[in-house]
Formats: sequence, C-alpha cells, structure tokens
Amino acid sequence: MAKFALQRIALSIPTLLAVFTLIFIIVRVIPGDPATAALGDYASQEAVEALRERMGLNEPIYVQYFDFIGGLLRGDLGRSLITSEPVIDQIRFALPHTVELAVAAILIGLVLGIPVGIVTAIYRNTFIDYVGRVLSLAGLSFPAFYLGILLLYFFSVRWGLFPTLGAGDFSDPVKNLHHLALPAISLGLIETAYIGRMTRSVMLNVLNDDFVRTARAKGLPEWAVLVRHAFRAALIPIVSLAGIFAISLIGSSVLTEVVFSRPGLGRMMVGSIRQRDYITVQSIMVVYAVIIVFINLLTDLIYGLVDPRVRY
Amino acid sequence: MAQAQGALDSVRIVSQRERLWRTFKQNRAALVGLVMVVIIVLAALLAPLLAPHDPLAQSTINRLAPPSSEYLLGRDDYGRDIFSRIIYGARVALQVGILSVLLGGVLGTAMGAVAGFRGGWVETVIMRVIDVMLAFPDLITGLLVAAVLGPGMTNLIIAIGLTIAPRFARLSHGPTLSVKKTEFVEAARAMGARDWRLLVVHILPNIAGELLVLASLWTASAIRLEASLSFIGLGVQPPTASWGQMIRDGTIHLTQVPFYSLAPGIALLLTVLAFNLLGDGIRDVLDPRAQA
Repeated sequence: MAKFALQRIALSIPTLLAVFTLIFIIVRVIPGDPATAALGDYASQEAVEALRERMGLNEPIYVQYFDFIGGLLRGDLGRSLITSEPVIDQIRFALPHTVELAVAAILIGLVLGIPVGIVTAIYRNTFIDYVGRVLSLAGLSFPAFYLGILLLYFFSVRWGLFPTLGAGDFSDPVKNLHHLALPAISLGLIETAYIGRMTRSVMLNVLNDDFVRTARAKGLPEWAVLVRHAFRAALIPIVSLAGIFAISLIGSSVLTEVVFSRPGLGRMMVGSIRQRDYITVQSIMVVYAVIIVFINLLTDLIYGLVDPRVRY
Repeated sequence: MAQAQGALDSVRIVSQRERLWRTFKQNRAALVGLVMVVIIVLAALLAPLLAPHDPLAQSTINRLAPPSSEYLLGRDDYGRDIFSRIIYGARVALQVGILSVLLGGVLGTAMGAVAGFRGGWVETVIMRVIDVMLAFPDLITGLLVAAVLGPGMTNLIIAIGLTIAPRFARLSHGPTLSVKKTEFVEAARAMGARDWRLLVVHILPNIAGELLVLASLWTASAIRLEASLSFIGLGVQPPTASWGQMIRDGTIHLTQVPFYSLAPGIALLLTVLAFNLLGDGIRDVLDPRAQA
C-alpha cells in the first residue's frame, strides 16, 4: 500500500504542472491585454505601461512562465492588482469557508443519497423507484444557485429561520452552523440526486451478480444480502464516483457562495473577475487545481484501500 | 379477426428507424422531454406573438409593480413585463445552448479524431490538454474562459463551447483509434481519402447515437452554464432578457417581488430538465442494456 501511495503521489506532480501550464496559457495567451483589461479602455498609456511592467508582462513569455511556476513552488501566488496584498493571505481566509461548505454538502449527499439509491434499486420499477428517479433527475437539472435562492426565499425571507447573508466566524460554532445550514443543504440536495442516481445503477448491477444469488441461496436474510454482500461490492464504484461529484461540487459552490454572500474562494473568484484582478483569478485557479488533484489522489488511495486489485 | 390483425401487425417487418422510434415512444420520460423541448423551442420562435408586452419597454413609474391581470408576473426594476422577458429569455437560452454545443461538438469531435489519426506527439498533447480540462468542473472552466474573453453573447458561446469540447473529443477519440486499424479504412486511405473524409464517412456514423445523447445532455448543461455565467454578469449584456440575469437582478428584490427572481428560475429549471429527459431517453433507446 505504501508503494502504491507513493506512486500515486508522484504521478500527481506532472498532472499539477500540466494544469498550471494550462492556466498560464488561458490567462496570458488568449487575445487581449490583461493590463488594459484591468484598467479599462480609457486608462492612460502610461498607466497601462506601468501595470504591464509590474505584472511582468513586458518580459518574454518563457521568463513569465518560469516566474509563475517558480513563484508557485515557493508558495508565492503574487499580489492582488487591486489591494496589492499577497493573494495567499486572502486565500487563507477564504479557503476554510469553502472547504467547510463542500464537506458539509458531500456528507449530506452521502447520508441521503446512498439510502435513496439502495431503496430505489431494491424497489426497482415500482412507484417508490419512479418517484425517486423523477426527483433525482429534477435534482440533476436544478442549477445549484437557483435552489439556493429558493431556500433563501422561503427559509430566510419568508420564515426568518436562517440568516440571509455571510458566514459565521469559526470561533462561534453555533452561529457558524446556522450560517452554513442553507448553503450546505442546497448543495447537499443536488449532491443527493447525483449520488442517489449513481448508487441505484451500481446496486442494480451488483444485485444481478452471481455472489448475490449465492448469498440468497444459502439462506441469508435479505438485509444481510443487501448490506453485507451487495452494498460492500457497490461501495467501490461509489467511492470513485463520489470523488468526481466532490469535484463538480466545487464548481457549484462558486455560485452558492455568491447567493449566500459567503466569504469563500468562489465568491472571491467572482469578485476578482468583476474587478479584473487577473493575478487573483489565476491564483484561485491554482488553488482549485491543487484541491482537485488532491481529491483525485485521495479517491485513488481510498480505492486502493478498499480494492486490493487496484494496487498492482 | 381483430386479434389476427394485431398478430399480423406485430410480425410486420419494421425499419431500424421505426423500431427506435417505437422504443422511444414507450419511454414516457423521454416523450415528456421531447414535448417540453418542442414547446420551449416554439415559445422562443414565436416570442413576438406570445409575449403580451415588449420585453424592453420601460416604465419607471411602474417599477416593481406586483402581478396583475395584464402583467401576469409583475414588472421588473425598469417597469418591464417579467412574463414577456421570460418568454424572450428562452431565445437567449436556446441560442447559447445550441450554438455552444454545436461549436464544442464539432471542435471536440474533430480534436479527438485528429489526435486519433495523427498519433505521436500531436495525440499526446491534445489528449493531455483534454484530460486537464476534464479535471475541472465545467462551471470553473467556463468561468475562467468567459472572464478572459469578457462578457457578451458571442464570447459566452465560445467560452461554453470550449468548456464542452473536451467531452466530445473523448467520445470521438476511441472509435477513431479502432477504426484506423481496420482494412476498409486502409483501403479508403489507399484510394486517397483524407482524414476529414474518413471522419465524416466512416467514424461519425458509428458514434452518431452517442453524439446525439451527449449533445442533448450538454445542451442542458450549456443552458445551465449560460444562466450561471449571466447570473455573475459574464453573460449576455442588458437590456437583452436572459434568465440568469433576471434571477440575479431579482435577488435584491426577493422580499417585495419574489417572482422577479423565482419565475425565470422555473423556466430555466424546466428547460434544463427537458433536455436532460430527452438525452436520457435517447440513451435508453439506443442502448437498452443501460435502461434500468
């Protein structure tokens, strides 16, 4: 297992490098001058030129590239074009809010989605299954930010049960959870739809397997067949797909943070896009890339842990 | 007699297309999806006839007016009719949805096929870029590209198209590799067929079904992306009516005029759902094994 883990970790380094390179290319090589874009069309020639100099845009492209990668290796993400503060400080503040939201949402998704998937698989083609499938397709079609607005409207505006804006400080867990509830539920419900649908199809596959028939034939009670045999086998694909969903969750969290004005990475990214702060946008993309590669790595490792065949 | 007739009917030889259409009709969800898509397309095409008011006509005195018999969902920030704007919003949603999937589909399919045909470093580079792009959630890729390109309808279509392209490249890459080695392709090549001809004549027909499923499901996602990017302000610019933008403008007035934000969201939800149902349905019809 240790060797497998080391191999996987080593493999994620070239992936990260490729992702960083792509981010660099998208931000710099796509037509348009970031300095002009940052200052607007009516900025003076001198101001644009000064900003180009400060952003290092006057260097040859390969120098810029190595500066960028070199900075990342040193943990230096550059300074914001707007506030001139190191971007990393702002990210340190924002990241925990996003991680907290994502973890809460994926927990809700797993806790609700897996049972829904198992039940709809067992009662396949019955009314329960039909309702479950319609709801999960509706969930897949729900733009996360819109579900957030609906929850916000009913639970905060109409019934005043939850705060509408911001996030609670981490030092006050009750207030923090109170603020977390609605955004986490809105993302979690959509996650439930994905996980439920996927669990159902995985379970349907497993339920047709020979070993399930054997388990039934030897007289095991149905719950034991389902939980100890079928579900354990289904867990392997569920783990790897849950990783993919966790990644897509990061995407939906961006707008959810905007809707609920949570001070996380996503809202920071949208804010920097509005302010045309390309350095910050680029840095947040780098952080997202690291998170995504990390989730993939984690999924691989868990996969290796639950399924020994993967290790070879 | 009637029974004999029925038996005769069932042994009648049916064409492949007719058989697929029959399976499709039996799939209730898919049929619902198709009907919904047709209704939405019609609403978009006939918007000038269906909309009771001009979606751009402002009336500052009547701003944020509540729903009435003439203005069914009330009026927005500028006194414009929300209901009419929702109907016109279907045009933006469908235009962006369909054009970006066309762009992404053609570009992606070509990329995957070129990678497959050429092999070597071209393949390595293309597939590596595609892997990296697929690692990111569609919204984040779309957000980054849209941010770099700037707002506006054309840029939005390009941004979403580029986000979608890698998914199609994955699809066309595999079949290209397997078809490349067959003798009939070697024969076609010996007769001087170019890559694009091999792609159009020999590869596309093999993946037409999967392309259709992918196109339908990604139209749903493209419409969701359009709304999401418009919600941030990176989409179609005002005063053109777009659902994402209406939802955003409405959130500020959620307390007084809830429909402002909630009603366009329902239109958006139903449209995304329609294309998802349709795509799921086509997949079930083409691949009965996947039908659960």
